[in-house]
Amino acid sequence: MISALWVMIGISLLLGAVLGYSSIKFKVEGNPLVEKIDAVLPQTQCGQCGYPGCKPYAEAIAKGEIGINKCPPGGEEGIQKLADLLGVEFQPFGEGAAPKGKAVAFIDEQTCIGCTLCIQACPVDAIAGAAKQMHTIIASECTGCELCLPPCPVDCITMESIGENITNWKWRHPVIIPIKVAA
Amino acid sequence: MRTLFAFHGGVHPPTHKDESTRTPIAQTPLPSKLVIPLSQHVGNRAVPIVQVGERVLKGQKIGRPEGKLSSAVHASTSGTVSAIDMQLVAHHSGLPDLCVTLIPDGKDEWIAHGGVDTKQTSHSELRHLLRKAGVVGLGGAVFPSDLKTDAHHHKIKTLVINGAECEPYITCDDMLMRERATDILRGAGILRELLHAEEVLIGIEDNKPEAIAAMQLAVGQDKHDKMEVLSVPTMYPSGGAKQLIRILTGIEVAAGVRSTEMGVQCFNVATAYTVWRALAHGEPLLSRIVTVTGNVSDAQNFDVLIGTPLDELVALAGSKPDTDRHIMGGPMMGVDLPAGTVGITKATNCIIESSPKLFPPQPPALPCIRCTRCTDVCPAELQPQDLYWFAKANNFGKTQEFHLFDCIECGACAYVCPSNIPLVQYYRYAKSEIHERERDKKAADLARERHEYRQLRIERDKQEKAEKLAQKEREAAAKAAQAAATPDDTQQRLIEEALARAKAQAAVAHPQNTETLTPGQSAEIAAIEARRAKIREMAADAGADDEPPKSH
Amino acid sequence: MLSSPFIAQPSSVSQIMLRVLLALIPGIALYVWYFGPAILVSITLASITALATEAVMLKLRSRPIKPFISDNTALLTAWLLALSIPPLAPWWLVVVGTAFAIAVSKHLYGGLGSNPFNPAMIGYAVLIISFPVHMTHWLTPHALGGVELSFVEQLNYIFNGVLPSHLTLDAITMATALDTLKTQLHLGLSVSDIRDMPIYGRLAGKGSEMVAIGFAIGGLYLIFTRIISWHLPVAYLAALFATAGVFHLVDPQHYVTPLFHWFSGAAMIGAFFILTDPVTSPTTAKGKIIFAVGAGILTYLIRVFGGFPDGMAFATLLMNICVPLIDAYTQPKVFGKKGAGK
Repeated sequence: MISALWVMIGISLLLGAVLGYSSIKFKVEGNPLVEKIDAVLPQTQCGQCGYPGCKPYAEAIAKGEIGINKCPPGGEEGIQKLADLLGVEFQPFGEGAAPKGKAVAFIDEQTCIGCTLCIQACPVDAIAGAAKQMHTIIASECTGCELCLPPCPVDCITMESIGENITNWKWRHPVIIPIKVAA
Repeated sequence: MRTLFAFHGGVHPPTHKDESTRTPIAQTPLPSKLVIPLSQHVGNRAVPIVQVGERVLKGQKIGRPEGKLSSAVHASTSGTVSAIDMQLVAHHSGLPDLCVTLIPDGKDEWIAHGGVDTKQTSHSELRHLLRKAGVVGLGGAVFPSDLKTDAHHHKIKTLVINGAECEPYITCDDMLMRERATDILRGAGILRELLHAEEVLIGIEDNKPEAIAAMQLAVGQDKHDKMEVLSVPTMYPSGGAKQLIRILTGIEVAAGVRSTEMGVQCFNVATAYTVWRALAHGEPLLSRIVTVTGNVSDAQNFDVLIGTPLDELVALAGSKPDTDRHIMGGPMMGVDLPAGTVGITKATNCIIESSPKLFPPQPPALPCIRCTRCTDVCPAELQPQDLYWFAKANNFGKTQEFHLFDCIECGACAYVCPSNIPLVQYYRYAKSEIHERERDKKAADLARERHEYRQLRIERDKQEKAEKLAQKEREAAAKAAQAAATPDDTQQRLIEEALARAKAQAAVAHPQNTETLTPGQSAEIAAIEARRAKIREMAADAGADDEPPKSH
Repeated sequence: MLSSPFIAQPSSVSQIMLRVLLALIPGIALYVWYFGPAILVSITLASITALATEAVMLKLRSRPIKPFISDNTALLTAWLLALSIPPLAPWWLVVVGTAFAIAVSKHLYGGLGSNPFNPAMIGYAVLIISFPVHMTHWLTPHALGGVELSFVEQLNYIFNGVLPSHLTLDAITMATALDTLKTQLHLGLSVSDIRDMPIYGRLAGKGSEMVAIGFAIGGLYLIFTRIISWHLPVAYLAALFATAGVFHLVDPQHYVTPLFHWFSGAAMIGAFFILTDPVTSPTTAKGKIIFAVGAGILTYLIRVFGGFPDGMAFATLLMNICVPLIDAYTQPKVFGKKGAGK
C-alpha cells in the first residue's frame, strides 16, 4: 500500500519534471498564431474589418475579440481558411459585407489637382505624385482597398474592376449536370 | 539497329490520318483579311509597332518582342493595317486578345530580305535572326526557338527532331516531311550546330511510311552525318516531347527539369523547316502547314498565311453544313475555338471541323469506380483517379503532392475512363486555381511588405520630427538664456548696425538716371514694379502652399 | 467551350460490369449441373431485390435513377451474394442480405464508387452472424446420390418453408467441405481419414470443386480481356497456397493441401470476382499485391484457426479497411523521378 503510494508520487514527480522542462525548452517566442492568421489575410489593408490594417485584425482574431467573417476581400474562401486554421465553425458574411470583385483604383488625370491626400491615404504606397503634380496609380501595387476614394476633394478616383482576360482566365470546375440534380 | 525504349501507358485512338494525306499540300489564295494575334507564343505579348492605316509589306515586322521571353510578329502579306484591337483568338478561354487586322492589297509585295551563310555567321547572330524572324516551336508549345537553341550551360548530346505526330487526324508534319524533307534536315543541321549536339535523332511514328522514306532518302542525299531517322511504334502520346525523348534515348525528363540539363533538346520538324527558311532565305514565320479535316468534303493540308480567318480556310476544304464547332489541334488535346472569325496562328497545326456525328457528346459522367484504367494509360505515371478526387474536392495541396504539375494533359486518362469523367478538365481547373492562388499570394506578400515599410517610414518620420522639434526647443531655450544673460544695449546696437547697413545698401541700389525720365517712361517702370510685386506675392503664396496640408 | 479530349473509347461502367457478370456464367452453369437449379432462384431473387433497393435508395438520395440502375453494379453485388448463400435458404434470407448490402453498405456510404467495403461481403457477413444456422444448410451434390428434392419442392421450401412430409432439412443438406473438415478435425480425425469421406472429390468438395474451376475459367477470361488486372487474383492465390503449403508440410495429417484450400469455399470466386471489386481494392500495383497477400493469409488463418468455416468474406472486409493506408504508402514514383535524389 505504502509502496504503491510512493510509486505514484514518484511517477507524478517525474512527469511533472518532464512537463516543466519541456515548457522551458520548447518555449514559443511571440505569438505565431498572429503570423499565421496574417498570412491568410489578403493584405489589402483596407480596414473594412474595422481595424487599421490586416495585422491588427489578425491580432484581434488571435485574441478572440472579433469574428473571422469581417474580411470581404478574403472572400468566403478566406473565412474557410481561417476557420480551418483556428478550428472554429465557418461563419458567413454579415449583411452588406459581401465580397466585391477585384478592382484597382484609377485617377482621372484631367481632374486631379495634385493635393497628395490620396498618397497619404494609400496603405501600400501605390500612388505616385507630388504636390501640385498630377498623381497616378501604380496598378500592379494597388490592392483595391478604396481608401483613397474618400479623401479626394475632387472625386477624381474611381475603382476599375479587373475583368477576366486571357492572362488571368481560369478553367472552371467541371459541372456534371445529372449527378448534381440533388433536390 | 538502335534500341528504342518504351514509355508507360499510352492509348491507340483511331488515327483518321488517311483522309487528309491523299492530295499534296495546297496553296491558299490570299484571304480577304488577316487577323494576326500579337500573342502567338509562350511569353510576353509582342508590342505593335505599326499604326492603323499604315501600309505594310509582306514580311515586315508589325509586333516587336517585349522582354526576353517573347517573339516577333510579322505581316503575312502586303496590305493596309485596318485595326489594332481586341479580337477573338484561338484560345481555350474564348476571350479576345490584341490583334492586328490587315487588309491585303493583293500584290503580296515582299520587304527586302535575304538569307545568311549560316556557316559564316556567329551563333549569337543566328539566334538573334531567329528571334527577329518570329520563329517559335510549331509542334504546339510555341516556345521561342532562339531561347531553346541557347544551351551553352549544358552539354547537349542528342538533338531530337519530333516527327511523331501522334495525335489522330493531324497530318501537317507528315505532309511536310514527305514534300520538304531536305529543308527540314538542313534546318535540323543548323539546330545541331547551334546546340553543338553530337547526334540528331528523328522520330517518326511507323504509321507514316512515306514520310520515313522521304526523310531517309534526304538524309542519304545530303550526306548528313550522325543523323538517323527512326521509326517509332504508333502509340499516343509518343509525340509528346518527353515521351519521344524517352523512346529515342531512354532518358526521362521530369517535370520542372529542362531536357537540356540531361543533354537532350527537342524540336518539331516544322520548326526545323522554319529555321531553315528564316536563316537561309531570310523569310520570317509568315505561314505554316495546316491540316483541315473532320467534317469536310476535301480533307487536306494547306500552306496557310498566319492570320487567315478560320472560316475562309475551312471553306476551301468544303466544310459541311452540319458542322457545329471548330477544333484547333487534335481531338485529344485540341482547343474548341470560340468563333469562325479567329485567325490561324503559329500554333495551329490542324483544324478539325466537328459535328455531333463525328464527335458525339459524352454521356453523363458517373462516379469514379477506381478501376485504374487511367493509371494504366498515364504516360506520366500518375494516379489520375487520385488527382481527380482531390481536384474535385478543391484539395489543391494534395493535388500537388500527387504531382499534378507532371500531368501533360494528354487526355489518355479521360479517353479510357469508363465513367466518362472529364478528368483533364479537372486537372486544368486545379492547375489554374493553384496558379491564381500563387498570384494572389505574391500580391499579398508584396502588399504586406509595402505596408510594413510604410508603417516603418511613418514611424521614422514621426521620430525625426519629434527630434527636430526637441532640438529647436533646446535652441530656443539656449537663446533665451543667452538673451537674458547679455545686456539690452548690445541688442539695440545690433539693430542699429543692421539699419545702417540697409540704408547704405538702399543708397547704392538706388536707380540712376531717373531724373530725366519722361512721364511715359515713369509709368512703364511703375507698371513693371507692380508686376514684380505681384509675382513676389504669388511666390510667397505658393511657398505657403508647399507646407503639407494638415491631415486629420 | 468544351474541353479536350473530344473523343473517348467506347467503354462504360455498365459494360465492364456486364462482362464480369458474363464471366460468372461458367461457374453458375456448373453449379446448376452439380447442385440443381435452386441457385437460379436465389440469383433471381437477389437481382430483383438489388434493383428495387437501388432504385429506392437513388430516389431517397435524389440521384438520377436511370444511369445508375443500368450500371449493372447492383446486379453484380446481388449475384455474388446469392452465390455465397446456400441455395436452399428461405427467400427472406436472400432478400434481407441483398437489401442490406445495397442500402447500407453501398448507398449509406455514398453510393457507387464511395463504399469502403465490398457490399456483397457485408451482406454475407451480416447473414452469417445473424442467421448462422440457415447459412450452413448447403445442398448435397447430385454425385452423392442422396435424397433430392424436385425443383417444385425446392421452391415450396424457399418460399413457404414447407418440406415434403417424410423429409427433414438435415436429410437433404450438408455442411460444406471446409466446415466438415473443421468439425472432423476437432473430433480428432486425421486429414487422410476425412478426405476419404464421400463428400470429397479429387481436389476438395465433390461438385463444389468443379464450380470453383468454373469461376477460375471466368476469372481467366477477365484477366485476358483486361477487365481485371492479374495482381489481385495471382497474389491472393499465391499467398493462400504458400500459407497452406507451409502448414501442410509441417503437419500433413492436420493441415490439408494448398490445392484443397484453392478449390474449396469462396477462394476462387473471391480471388477473381470479390477482391477485384475496383471500388474497394487499392489502386496501385504494389498496393494490390499487398492487399491480396493480406487477404490470402487472413483467409487461411480464419479458415484454420477462426470460428467461421470460411474466411474469404472476413479477410476481404479486414483488408478493405486497410486500402486507404495501403494506397497512401505505395504511391509509385512518377515519370522522370524514379532515380530519386539524383
